[in-house]
Amino acid sequence: MSNDTLIKIERVEGRGCVVRGDDVDTDRIIPARFMKEVTFDTMGEHAFEDARKDAKGEHPLDQERFQGSSILVVGQNFGCGSSREHAPQALMRFGFNAFIGGSFAEIFFGNCTALGLPCVTLPPEDLASVMDSIELDPEQNVEIDVLGSKVRCRAGEFDAGIPAGTRKMLLEGSWDATRVLLDAGDLIEKTAAALPYVELPA
Amino acid sequence: MSNEHAASSDAKKNLFRKVWDAHSVRELPSGQTQLFIGTHLIHEVTSPQAFAMIRELGVPVRFPNRTFATVDHIIPTDDQSRPFSDDLAEAMMSEIERNCREHGIQFFSPDSGTQGIVHVIGPELGLTQPGMTIACGDSHTATHGAFGAIAFGIGTSQVRDLLATQTMAMAPLKVRRVEVTGELKPGVFAKDVILAIIRELGVNGGVGYAYEYAGEVFDRMTMEERMTVCNMAIEGGARCGYVNPDRTTIEYLRGRRFSPPPEEFDAKAAEWLALASDEGCHYDDVVTIDGGAIEPSVTWGIHPGHNLGVSEAIPGPNEVEDEERAGVEEALEYMDFAAGASISGIPIDVAFIGSCTNGRISDLREAAKVARTGRVKEGVRALVVPGSRAVQKQAEEEGLPEIFTAAGFQWREPGCSMCLAMNPDKLQGREVCASSSNRNFKGRQGSPSGRTLLMSPAMVAAAAIAGEVVDVRNVEIEDGARKTNAEREAR
Ligand code: SF4
Repeated sequence: MSNDTLIKIERVEGRGCVVRGDDVDTDRIIPARFMKEVTFDTMGEHAFEDARKDAKGEHPLDQERFQGSSILVVGQNFGCGSSREHAPQALMRFGFNAFIGGSFAEIFFGNCTALGLPCVTLPPEDLASVMDSIELDPEQNVEIDVLGSKVRCRAGEFDAGIPAGTRKMLLEGSWDATRVLLDAGDLIEKTAAALPYVELPA
Repeated sequence: MSNEHAASSDAKKNLFRKVWDAHSVRELPSGQTQLFIGTHLIHEVTSPQAFAMIRELGVPVRFPNRTFATVDHIIPTDDQSRPFSDDLAEAMMSEIERNCREHGIQFFSPDSGTQGIVHVIGPELGLTQPGMTIACGDSHTATHGAFGAIAFGIGTSQVRDLLATQTMAMAPLKVRRVEVTGELKPGVFAKDVILAIIRELGVNGGVGYAYEYAGEVFDRMTMEERMTVCNMAIEGGARCGYVNPDRTTIEYLRGRRFSPPPEEFDAKAAEWLALASDEGCHYDDVVTIDGGAIEPSVTWGIHPGHNLGVSEAIPGPNEVEDEERAGVEEALEYMDFAAGASISGIPIDVAFIGSCTNGRISDLREAAKVARTGRVKEGVRALVVPGSRAVQKQAEEEGLPEIFTAAGFQWREPGCSMCLAMNPDKLQGREVCASSSNRNFKGRQGSPSGRTLLMSPAMVAAAAIAGEVVDVRNVEIEDGARKTNAEREAR
């Protein structure tokens, strides 16, 4: 394996978009009816579709001031519900490269990391400051410093929660799981051969 | 971590640890484990992109002989003739057919007689066995844990990893033993047990954990009942859930298509039993729930933790912990239910019996017993959808479709149906659905404003007839019919 092929993510910066509310589940991020698209290509158009219809143009994703943003700022337990990779795919294809939130649902978090989309957490007061600041000044630059585990914006610099393993994966580029796994070579077949129920393929 | 590992290798282990260790390929630089997955189940929704990605990577399927496919999510449950009327459903179907053909993967297609919901057919074919690691791009894969397998729901990128390497990267989980003691009351089913567990431990209580379900209630359960509980491990936040293999497990597996042949079976069974958690092994946490106190349960809100016993009243925002308050307010508003109102008596528009949680033969039998007692209330749409061809066939042999149709239920072809409405079976507008499925999230059953009340199949059937939520214990059913499946088998 060539380490050059790995993409290292040390920091992400851009403008922020604030979607408030806790327990936003994957059915809301991408309604199940769009899961039957055979490819992810058009998924971005349908991000938050029902919520956006309900909000009649007032949903943050449709608000003029957040157009062109690339960092999504969310509440607690974001992405709970189905293990639907369509959710991070939809958000990625809509234009988001990273997430700042109070907490993230485990599978959603894992799916994001696997796509190279950092999810970092902030304690409630800091999260509130960042959200307020971005809403007041949506033009500002928001920075997620993965290397330094910080979030920076006009409201200040905050210590961001990134699990050590996840941080390392982003920094090393090992979030690209398939290539890392392929690197195990025939250790895979060795493990398989020792299992009572697995026959090696012909 | 590796040191701890070596030191404890001779020590007593729980089943999770035994299975995990046997399948560990290596520790990754990230600190995660590269875990071999012995059985990879694929379906039409989460696999097409994964196949596209390995094609881009230029690698073949590493273990086509340990990869098995079916169709369930998008398949219509009325007219299954090809091409499907929905273009995208047809496209997904063609993709999985092509991918299985190209890569030499066994496909349990609709015309094979074995098709069904992936978590229903795995066990009934004997593909699911104790001590396996199993993964599938569907969140309810924990179902297979009923056999003492470690089974994970995964996303499409992990499906890609599994196709390419038959392994995935994962951090080890903590193990919580959830003991349900005592005896279930008549009219209380496995579905009520898992709803009670979720209510007790919370929808996020299991994050970072594997749940080992144990105790007298589980010891007495049939395999199908254990599957219902394990199915919803994810609804409690746990990554997987399992029950230790025992005699019930062994007898279920005897003689199934992919089970070991008769001459090897008993030796294999002994190995399986030895996989059970060792007496006195370590657990990261143990909780105990009194099974005798569990009531038939119904959800009233927008996640499975929003559930209560059928005799209880819907809680108000002031009766819950601070952190749940906003969720309760949101749920009451969405459901348009009043705090303090009784859950029983809430009118329903639709009744759905099926899904990988409760679409097995024992579920249909319980529902049929109730269906016998009356007719579906006028204006209620009631669907019974078997979880697989095999369930359908068995039900037909037992005369269940006649019972259901005589009572005014529609009898359908196998599939996921109204569990998530990726097919023509959907709620309309604000309809309220009594459902035997596993998720009551907003919009889950196909209408963005549709409302789902989760409950056991018997409770759904009772609601269909009454036209409102009722306590199934008040339905007069024939003598002895209230016994649990296990009690009947024991007699
Ligand atoms: S029945 Fe429902 S939960 Fe089960 S596999 Fe189908 S869609 Fe998923």
